[in-house]
Amino acid sequence: MTTQEKGWKEIPMAGVCWKPSTQYLTGDWKTYKPIRDLEKCTRCVLCVLLCPDGAIHWKPEKEDIEFDYDFCKGCGICANECPVDAIEMKLAEET
Amino acid sequence: MAIVKQKMLALNGDEAVAYAAKQSDVDVVAAYPITPQTIIVERFSEYVANGEVDTEFVCVESEHSALTACLTAATTGARAFTATASAGLALMHEILYVTSGCRAPVVMAVVNRALSAPINIHCDHSDTMVERDCGWIQIYAENSQETYDSIIQAFKIGENPELLLPVMVGLDGFTLSHTLENVQTLPDDAVKKFVGTRQFPLVTTHEGKTVPFKLDPKTPSTIGPLDLYDYYFEHKRQQEEAMGIAPKVIRQVHEKYAKISGRSYGDGLIEPYYLEDAETAIVCLGSTSGTVKTIVNELRSKGMKVGLLRLRTFRPLPVKEITKALENVKAVAVMDRSLSFGGHGGAVFHEIRHILYDTSTHPYVVNYIYGLGGRDTHPNLIHKIYGDLQRILETQRIKEKVQFIGLRE
Repeated sequence: MTTQEKGWKEIPMAGVCWKPSTQYLTGDWKTYKPIRDLEKCTRCVLCVLLCPDGAIHWKPEKEDIEFDYDFCKGCGICANECPVDAIEMKLAEET
Repeated sequence: MAIVKQKMLALNGDEAVAYAAKQSDVDVVAAYPITPQTIIVERFSEYVANGEVDTEFVCVESEHSALTACLTAATTGARAFTATASAGLALMHEILYVTSGCRAPVVMAVVNRALSAPINIHCDHSDTMVERDCGWIQIYAENSQETYDSIIQAFKIGENPELLLPVMVGLDGFTLSHTLENVQTLPDDAVKKFVGTRQFPLVTTHEGKTVPFKLDPKTPSTIGPLDLYDYYFEHKRQQEEAMGIAPKVIRQVHEKYAKISGRSYGDGLIEPYYLEDAETAIVCLGSTSGTVKTIVNELRSKGMKVGLLRLRTFRPLPVKEITKALENVKAVAVMDRSLSFGGHGGAVFHEIRHILYDTSTHPYVVNYIYGLGGRDTHPNLIHKIYGDLQRILETQRIKEKVQFIGLRE
């Protein structure tokens, strides 16, 4: 866990969420991390559409995509679906 | 507060439950009929059909759905009620934990009935005893009058903002559920006033806002989605804390109810009967206590120092009260109407014996498994138990710690 955890007297009852899910960084669950080959990538944004965690964003100002590793769980769907094989899953600890 | 004028009705236990729920101004009832609980659902759906209540009655396809509907209704702030028995309660097992975990104060009448197989529709406590760890308050009634009173109290107990715990009220199948009794009933407005409206504690949401603890689109919040090893343990500890406060609340509600109804059952947790100077005592719960009281009266008239401790509240277990009630008794027989196979005795026995370990007096404690599947518990059996206890005192020896009584060899 990355945050300081609270005691049972401090948290709301019944699992009421006291912070938004965006503050719960699930990116540290991953074993494999998607690494993009910038040469091969055609910016087709298929990975943006297919990412189940919404962890790949289209950045219009850069006209490029961006991985949000705070929320990428490393499922590998992007690598599997990429039509030009521009994404490779690498062991997270080695990247 | 003065005792209010009441109306005597001829009701069986199930009808008493339905009548109490009707008067308690319930918003949602979702239930599935099962013997011997069926009359409750029938009566309540009549109230709905006749326009006597404005309750939303949800016809569901199973008990699993019945409790789920009540749980979800309760999380939106509604007052929810259901009733079941035996296999129906077993089918609710998963949702029993979800209900207590979501701190949804659903009230449920459980008409105690044996579990299959073989199929048996008659009374024993196997169905509720197996659910004693699910985070619900458990109250066991002795007669239909107490059933009526307990259902009304259950709403007031469970909905207490300090607790927010679901409550099940057990009544013995057929012995209570299908037997007509004279039941004193309070006027509708007195019950409505007593139960009041639901009050909500404040919680902090994901947006950092402080809102009432209920699901409401105007004040968005999320209840009970996911805990991993980081917070699950803390939430379970909170439930235990609420259980720790529950005896105080149960006592207070019982006392307040006694003031308007004139009726009380011990202190609401336990009901000691001739225990002050008793040398031997029976501990039991449910309708059997009525039979035991008759035998106690009989034996007392012959000068024998016998007593009874009836457990009205089994969850939370009133440890202090039980200790105090039994510490001067020399031999105790615990009657269990359910069996923990291979567990060396029944659930009530385990807990009473565990409580008495901490007393300096260390009374003898024996267990009688009785009445499984509706087997009649006639007065002779109770006589035999007091006789056995007397023999233990005379010989200072326990022959058999766990026995079956009323069973053919």
